[in-house]
Amino acid sequence: MDKSFWKIFALSSAVKILLIPAPHSTDFEVHRNWLAITHSLPINKWYVDETSQWTLDYPPFFAYFERMLAYVAYYVDKEMLNLHKLNYNTIATIYFQRCSVILMDFLYAIGVYRCLRVSNVPLKSQQYLATASLLLFNVGLLFIDHIHFQYNGFLFGILLLSISYMLEERYVLSAFIFAILLNFKHIFLYIAPAYAIYLLKFYCLAKGRNKFICITKLLVFGLIPFVISFAPFHNQMEQVLKRLFPFKRGLTHAYWAPNFWALYNVGDKVAAKLLGITTKTGPTTSSGLVKEFAPLVLPNITPRTTFVLTLLSMLPIMIKLLAYTPLRDAKATFLRAIVICSCSAFMFGWHVHEKAILMSLIPLCLLFHLYPTDAKHAFLLSVVGYFSLFPLLFETSLLVLRYALYLFYMFLMYGQMVRLYTPLRDYKTNLIENCYIYGFVLLPIYEHILSVNLNLHLSLPFLPLLLTSVYCALGVTYFFISYYLYTLGIKPVALFKSFTKIETTSKTKTKSKTRTQQINGDKVKLK
Amino acid sequence: MIFAAYKLDIVTALSAALALRTIVSLYSYSGAGKPPMYGDYEAQRHWQEITTNLPPKDWYRNTSDNDLLYWGLDYPPLTAYHSYLLGSIARRYNASFVELYKSRGIESNEHKNFMRLTVLFADIVLYLPGLLIASLAILKQQQVKKSLLLYLIPMAFYPGQILIDNGHFQYNNISLGLCLLAIASIYKEKIYLGAFLYTSALNYKQMELYHALPFFVYMLRTCFDQKKFSTKAKTFILLALTVSSTFIVLWLPWLQSLNSISEVVGRLFPIGRGVFEDKVSNFWCAINVVYKVKDKLLNQQMAILCFGLTAAFVLPINIHLFFNKRKETFILSLVNTAMSFYLFSFQVHEKSILLVAAPAMLLFSRYPQETFWFLEATVFSMFPLFIKDGLILPFFILLFIYHVVIKQFILEHFNFLESRSTILSAISSVSVFSMFITAFISLIVPPPTKYPYIWPLLISVYSFVHFILYFGFSLKHQFMNDGNNKLKSK
Repeated sequence: MDKSFWKIFALSSAVKILLIPAPHSTDFEVHRNWLAITHSLPINKWYVDETSQWTLDYPPFFAYFERMLAYVAYYVDKEMLNLHKLNYNTIATIYFQRCSVILMDFLYAIGVYRCLRVSNVPLKSQQYLATASLLLFNVGLLFIDHIHFQYNGFLFGILLLSISYMLEERYVLSAFIFAILLNFKHIFLYIAPAYAIYLLKFYCLAKGRNKFICITKLLVFGLIPFVISFAPFHNQMEQVLKRLFPFKRGLTHAYWAPNFWALYNVGDKVAAKLLGITTKTGPTTSSGLVKEFAPLVLPNITPRTTFVLTLLSMLPIMIKLLAYTPLRDAKATFLRAIVICSCSAFMFGWHVHEKAILMSLIPLCLLFHLYPTDAKHAFLLSVVGYFSLFPLLFETSLLVLRYALYLFYMFLMYGQMVRLYTPLRDYKTNLIENCYIYGFVLLPIYEHILSVNLNLHLSLPFLPLLLTSVYCALGVTYFFISYYLYTLGIKPVALFKSFTKIETTSKTKTKSKTRTQQINGDKVKLK
Repeated sequence: MIFAAYKLDIVTALSAALALRTIVSLYSYSGAGKPPMYGDYEAQRHWQEITTNLPPKDWYRNTSDNDLLYWGLDYPPLTAYHSYLLGSIARRYNASFVELYKSRGIESNEHKNFMRLTVLFADIVLYLPGLLIASLAILKQQQVKKSLLLYLIPMAFYPGQILIDNGHFQYNNISLGLCLLAIASIYKEKIYLGAFLYTSALNYKQMELYHALPFFVYMLRTCFDQKKFSTKAKTFILLALTVSSTFIVLWLPWLQSLNSISEVVGRLFPIGRGVFEDKVSNFWCAINVVYKVKDKLLNQQMAILCFGLTAAFVLPINIHLFFNKRKETFILSLVNTAMSFYLFSFQVHEKSILLVAAPAMLLFSRYPQETFWFLEATVFSMFPLFIKDGLILPFFILLFIYHVVIKQFILEHFNFLESRSTILSAISSVSVFSMFITAFISLIVPPPTKYPYIWPLLISVYSFVHFILYFGFSLKHQFMNDGNNKLKSK
C-alpha cells in the first residue's frame, strides 16, 4: 500500500465534496430521470419510455447501474424516483447524486493505482507523484463529473483497469473488462480498434501460442458481457440500438466541439460570405437551437462520410501497430494507439461532444512520466482540451472557479514536466506552440472585457463560443497531426529540411534516445 | 517557454488557493434569508448603498436617509471609500443593487455573484500577492534556505480567513493583506512604506489596533537606533509625517469640525455593548463558566477591569520589544499583543482571532508544529459561527485539506531532531482529532434542555485552552529566546 497515493486521492475527494453545491447542468436531470425509469418501469419499458425528453441512451449495464443506485435512492428521497417529477432537485437528491459520483470515483482511483503499479515507477518518486496527481486531480473530470454532472470517473476507472491488465499481459482479462466498459458507455467503441489489433498481434499471433485457442478465448470472454447485458432486451434490439445510435442529431453539437467539423463549418460560413450567399431562414448552427444543419457552400456531410473518414484516419496507426511495432515498443505504442483512435473519432466523428476529448487526455497521462515528447503533447492537448470545456461552465459563479482550477492544473502539469525532464530538450514547446498557448489569454479577455464593454455581447452573443471552438479546433488538429507523426516515427522537421541534413537529424535522434533511456533507466519496463 | 520549476510551483499553489476560495464562494453567507437584519453580507452591501447615495459628511451621521440602527457604517474611512468604489461599480452593473432604501435585503444570485467577485478580486490583487511578498521577506531572513512553498502554503490555505471572507462575507483580506505587507516592508527595512501600509490597514478596519503597539514600538526604536541625533529626529519626523498625512488625506471629508470627527470616532468605538456577545474563546467567557463576572459587575466596571488586565499583558510585551528590537521578536510581540487583546479586552468577536492568526502564520517556519496546531484551533473556535452561516461542510473539508496538506506534505520538510517533537506531534494529532469529533458530535447530538448552549461553550473553552497554551509558548519564546541568543553570541 502506498500512503501518498491515497492521501492525494483523499485530497481530491475532499475537493469534489466541496464542489457539491456547484450549479449542475441538465445532465443531472438526465441521470435522475434514468433512476426513475429503471426504478419504476419494468425492464422491457426502459428503452421505450418517453415521459421525459431525456430518454435512456446508454447501454444496459449503465441502466443496471442506475437500477442499483435507485435501491439506495429509495431510502434517501423516494420522490426522486417518481417518473413524472421532472426537474426534481431537492437538496437530498443533489447530495445523493453528487455523492454517488464521488464514491464511484474510488474505482477510478483503483484504475490509476494499478496503471501506476504496472508501469513499475518507484513509489514516492517524482514520476509517480506527478502522474498520480495529474490523474487524480484531473481537472476535466472535476469540470464534467463534479460540476457539470456525469459519471465519467468510474468509466475511465474501468478503462484504466483494463489497460493495466493489458500492460501486465493478462490479455483475456483485459478484453473482458473492456467489453464490460463497452456495455456501460458505448462511446468507448472508438478505441476498440486499438484493442482489437493489439490483441490480435501480440496475443493471438504471438510466438508459442495457439491462434485458434486464443481467438476462441477472446471471443468467449469478449462476448459474455454483451450477452449478459443485452439478454433481457433480445426481443427489442432494434429499439435499443435506435436509442444508442441516434443519427438524427446534427453533425455538430450545439456548441461545436473543437474538431475538424468546427473548422469545416467556419470555412463554409466564410465561403458563403465571400460568395454572397445568405442564410436561408431559420436558426443557424451556432444558435444552439437546431439539430440539423446544411452547409451553404461545401458538400453536405452524412454520418457515413464521418464514419469513413474516422476509419481512414485510424488506418495508419492500425498498420503501424499490426506490422511495424517491435515487441519492446508494443506497450507504449498501444497506449498511443488508444490516444490516436479516440482523437481520430473526436476529429471526424458524428455529433461529437467537447467532453469526448477526455478519452484522449486520460490515456495520454499514462505516458506523461515516461517519455518527454509524449509529455509535451499531453501538455499541449491539455491546454486546448480543458479550455474547450469552459462553455459547459458558463454560470457567473463558476467563472473565476473555472479559470483558477484550469490554471492550477496547467501549472501543475508544466511544473512536473520541467521537474521530470529538465536536462532534455524534447519536452520544450517551440515558438509556434508558445504563441498559440499565449493566445489563450486573449479569448477570456475578449469574452469578459472587450465584448461586454463594446456591447458586442448583445449583437454577437455566440462569438465567444465560436472563437473558443475554432481556436481550440486549431490546437486539437495540430496535436493530432504532430502526435500522429511522432507515433509513426516521422519527424516533421526532417520532412522540411533538405536531404543533406538528414544525417544531423538522425544523430540528434539517437542522442535524445539515449538520453531518454538514461532518464527512464531501468525503472521503466514499458518495453 | 522555460520557467524554473519552483516558480511554477508557486503559481500552482496560488491558483489552488484561489480555486478553494472560489468554491467556498458557492456556499451561503452570513444572514442569508434572515430578514429583517440579515448579516455582514447585507451590512457590506448597505454601506455601498449609503456611500454611493449620500455625501461623505452624512456617511457616519444619523439622518433621515441614513438610519444608523440598520447597519450604520462603523468601519473607518478606507472601508467607506472601498464601499463607495464597489457601490459605483454595482450601480453601473445593476442600479437596483444600491438603490436607497429599496435595495435593503436584496438577495439574488446575480447580486451574490457580484459581491463574491469583489472579495475574490481583493484576494487576487492584494491578499494572495501580499502573502507571497510576506513569505519572500521571511525566507530572506532564514539561515537555512528552504522552498518558498513551505512558507506560502500554510498561509494561502489557512481556512480561517477563507471561511470568514469568502464564506461568511467580510473583507479581512484587505486589512490583513495590508498589515502583512506592512510587516514585510519592515522586514525589508522599508519602515516608511511599512508605516504607510499599516496606517492604511488601520484605516480599513479599526480592529487592526490590536497590532498597533508593536508597530509603534518597533518604529520608535528604529528612530532611537540611528547614530546621530539629527538622523534620529529626521526619522521620527518623517515617520510621524507619513502616518499623519495618511490619516489627514483619508479623513479629509470629516476634518471641518470637531463635531464631525467625534461622530466618526463614536461610530468606530461604541462603548454601549457588552463584554462579549456570543461565546468567544477568551478569558472572560471561560471565567464565566465558573463565576458569572458579567452579572456581578457593571458594564463600566467591566470595561475598566478588561482594560487593566489587557494592559498588564500588553505593556511588558511591548517594553520588552523596545529593548530587544529583533525582527522575530517583532512578530512574536505582534502575536502576543493581539492575543492579549483577544483574550482579555472588552467586547471581542470570535472573528478577531484572525488578527492573532495572521502574524502567527509568519511564525510557521520557526515553530511549525506548534503554530500549525494553534492555527487549526483558531478555525475550530469559529465553528459556532460557521454553523449559523451554513458553512458546516466547507469548515470540515477545508480543515481536512489543510490538515492533510500541512501534515503530510509540509511538516515533513522541517526536520525535527528533538525527540520532543514526536510526542508533541502525537498530542497535537489527538487534540485536532478531538476537535473534529467535538464539532461533529455537536451537530448530531442535541444539547440537554438544561444547558442549551453547552456545545458552543464547550468549543469555546476547548479553544481557549489551546490559545492560552500557545500564548504561553510564544510569550516564553519572546522573553527567553533572546536571552539564549545573546549568550550564544557572547
